[in-house]
Amino acid sequence: MTAPTANSSDVAIHLGGVSKLFGNASSGEPFRAVDNLDLDVRTGEMVALLGKTGCGKSTIFNMVAGLLAPTSGTVRVGGRDPFADFNAFRGKIAIVFQNDRLLPWRSAIDNVELGLEMLGVPAEERRKTAQHWLSTLGLEGHENDFPHALSGGMRQRVSIARAFATNAGILLCDEPFSALDEMTANRLRAEFLRLVKENGKTAVFITHSINEALQIGDRIVVLKRPARIAYDVRLDASTTAADKEAIRKRIEDVLSA
Amino acid sequence: MPVAAMKRLWSMAMPFVAIGLLWQLAAQFFPPFLFPSLVDVFWRCGEILVTGALLSDVLATVFRILAGLIGAFVVGTLVALLMARSQATDRFLSPILSLFQGIPALSWVVFAIIWFHGIEFRIFFIMVVTTLPAFTFQVLGALRAMSKDLVEMVLSFRPTRMKLFRAMILPAVLPDIVTAWKVNLGNASRVVVVAELVGATGGIGYQLLQQQQLFDMAGALAWTLQIVLFVLVMQAVLTWIENSLFSYRAVSERTL
Repeated sequence: MTAPTANSSDVAIHLGGVSKLFGNASSGEPFRAVDNLDLDVRTGEMVALLGKTGCGKSTIFNMVAGLLAPTSGTVRVGGRDPFADFNAFRGKIAIVFQNDRLLPWRSAIDNVELGLEMLGVPAEERRKTAQHWLSTLGLEGHENDFPHALSGGMRQRVSIARAFATNAGILLCDEPFSALDEMTANRLRAEFLRLVKENGKTAVFITHSINEALQIGDRIVVLKRPARIAYDVRLDASTTAADKEAIRKRIEDVLSA
Repeated sequence: MPVAAMKRLWSMAMPFVAIGLLWQLAAQFFPPFLFPSLVDVFWRCGEILVTGALLSDVLATVFRILAGLIGAFVVGTLVALLMARSQATDRFLSPILSLFQGIPALSWVVFAIIWFHGIEFRIFFIMVVTTLPAFTFQVLGALRAMSKDLVEMVLSFRPTRMKLFRAMILPAVLPDIVTAWKVNLGNASRVVVVAELVGATGGIGYQLLQQQQLFDMAGALAWTLQIVLFVLVMQAVLTWIENSLFSYRAVSERTL
């Protein structure tokens, strides 16, 4: 059940021999957050990156998003370097962050329009698209509410709407439901999964929850500190409940080893 | 008018009424050159506002305050942006600005009189140089206090520099800029009077000097009230801007 290697034409995200070191102010020794990581994500794949807190998941996420440069190795998204060709990815990568990161001075609908504004979409079209995504995520009637007037779940819905509104092909999600209560998180997760599949996105979903990874991923990549692949498994329609249980057991063993 | 609004109005007016009553009481026991009656002061204020030549002195001071503040704000914002973008610039300029902050306004007045001939330029220079450090440090503080999470979120959409400024930087620093204006308005109104007192041939400061030479306390109070009135009006305008632009901010029912 280990994930097969992808063809290069098929690869949406490629990390080859990627390491990332950070300076450590107290000890002076560099801190290795990612260690020689090789990972390919195929177009249309939904990969759950699973690991304990501090294993370098968010560092990988930031490198794929183009917000951090690798210390060594290559990161490619659609064949290009997301850090060096930062602006070339305008409208091509969308991110759902761990916390909603809504701009407090913008209403819900204005927050959803943010990415479209950056793309230069005309105002009328922006509004229509934002309205559509807010309605899709069950926020009709809350368009003009400011973030402080919305609940945590509603705010995270707005941030999901903001990510989907730009219609980017690649979606990066950094534990987007971890701050929500379990019921809200379950409901949103199911909605999110449906939207990703319906809209044919390639998605990398960071999580520290085995349940969430099993629920969401077409593929689960388990990381050990400093970020390197300890286990890589693919799930599909033929994966039975018993298979999932075996995968869970294996992940638990890998994480606790 | 609803009772709540009346109560609010009364609570705002009460301190002024108390000060007025105390002054009027003192006027009953002291000679007018020490504590003139507020009625006299009121008529002198009216005279200033309706007499063209006197009103032009008030307007000259208002213009000098606003010109100085705008100049200091523009220069201070540009300097703050440079300091925020480059640590080397920050290390170089921070001590200079701190040094400027330590120089008394009156020293700047003396320097300006020695260095420059034009009266208006002298005053403009004094106003800018005395309010510049505060504006720079306040704008720099606002830029540095921007949420890294929000900046990264906006950056993830790959905005142009202009769009980043409009969508993120400007709305994030605007509340601090309005506060900086409120603080510097008070400072500038004090400095302008000192500058006019020594280096001008018109304006409220110049008129105050005339009243001092005549031992005319009612006149001195009336001219002082002109600048106080200007500051109060400007503060009200800034508060109105604050309330209308920043209505998105959540307000806790329990005060600090």
